[in-house]
Amino acid sequence: MEISRIISIAISMVFINNFILSKFLGLCPFLGVSRRTQAAFSMGIAVIFVMVFSALLTSLIYVFVLVPLNIVYLRTIFFILIIAAFVQLIEMVIRKKSPALYKALGIYLPLITTNCAVLGVAILNINEFFAPGTPVYAGILYSIIQAFFAGIGFCVALLLMSGIRERLEFTDTPPSMKGIPVAFIVAAIMSLAFMGFSGFKL
Amino acid sequence: MEILYPIIALGSLGILFGVGLSLAAKKFCVSSDPRIDKIQNNLPGANCGACGMGGCSSLAEALTEGKCGIDKCTVVNEDNKIKISQILGIEFKKSARKIATLHCGAGVRVKNRYVYSGIEDCVAANLVLGGQKSCIYGCLGFGTCARVCPFGAIEISEEGLPVIDKDKCRGCNKCVEACPKKLFSLTLETHNVSVACSSKDVGKDTKSICPVGCIACGLCEKACKFDAIHVVDNVAVIDYNKCTSCGECVKVCPMKTIKS
Repeated sequence: MEISRIISIAISMVFINNFILSKFLGLCPFLGVSRRTQAAFSMGIAVIFVMVFSALLTSLIYVFVLVPLNIVYLRTIFFILIIAAFVQLIEMVIRKKSPALYKALGIYLPLITTNCAVLGVAILNINEFFAPGTPVYAGILYSIIQAFFAGIGFCVALLLMSGIRERLEFTDTPPSMKGIPVAFIVAAIMSLAFMGFSGFKL
Repeated sequence: MEILYPIIALGSLGILFGVGLSLAAKKFCVSSDPRIDKIQNNLPGANCGACGMGGCSSLAEALTEGKCGIDKCTVVNEDNKIKISQILGIEFKKSARKIATLHCGAGVRVKNRYVYSGIEDCVAANLVLGGQKSCIYGCLGFGTCARVCPFGAIEISEEGLPVIDKDKCRGCNKCVEACPKKLFSLTLETHNVSVACSSKDVGKDTKSICPVGCIACGLCEKACKFDAIHVVDNVAVIDYNKCTSCGECVKVCPMKTIKS
């Protein structure tokens, strides 16, 4: 457990390997929920939340079920099942316990159920931190940290996009490019900008 | 033996989640107003958005909360309105139904200025110098209105004009919004007099290109006993607050532009 490693994970997840703009995962909410900053922020928080808890659950299942039974090759299908069930459960609990939170986050939770960014961070954790011979509990801890910063990166990308799109609505866009088409172009330019970070060596 | 591990592991996980989620659903169930579902069953379910809400379910929610009346929905029929009122426990007041009316009567009788061979859609055709018709105010006849109508109430006739089926029309405003020439308006069903022209050209110009266009002669104005019809911008406009559908203007109109 080294501080420098955590910092490198943070910078890597937020900027260099940003899930949306560098890995191109979770593009559906990126274009779908980025019209208003408020909605984008709620979505980002929901993603951080789901990512952290699903990273914990998936790494536990990986260590205590998949590896002992020698069925690591089934990880994708296991993880999808776990994440989907978990998100459903969370949705029910939030709806019951905190209607206010449900109003803010609830409608985004079903969107995340099968979001590829959430699955992506789980798979990435397994590939990076659970190589044979490494200590298991450190791996789980790093997984959670990586998932948290991946969520932050997701949130940052969503907020940037929504900020741009809100201003874009007032610009004189050619009619055929209005809405989604120009959003795609903006996304491409943002992605190019984030490519600049890949020059960093950590 | 090896093959059994994944089956058992995945199967038991599936069963675990299935049972767990169904138990959780019971434990954490939130009782929502049962009237919402009942009302939604009686709403048309077209999700057309004429009420200004996201869809039928949002309207049902707003109705139970008493935020609006059932008249918001222009689509739902009389029987269901009564049923919904009963569910809400309020008295049902009958209100007149609105239907779409077309304000152009030309169709194929107006000649084309040029040959249009683009996308068969009024909005697309309208982008090219305002459409292929000599009259820039008139119906282009490609049937964008017929395609947007969620109730199949509009058909393009052989005359090249949309014909509105008054029984099927629910006054959802879709065609009013879709028409690039803004030729539709919603009028009460009981008002059956309408001006089938929207041309703002002066009478001479209109007459030279259209045999049925309003020439702004003003005879209808003089004939009307209720001060309900006026020529505004070279086209007759009926004030439906005053119109009694007496039909005097229909009789005097020399171009047969006013119809009943």
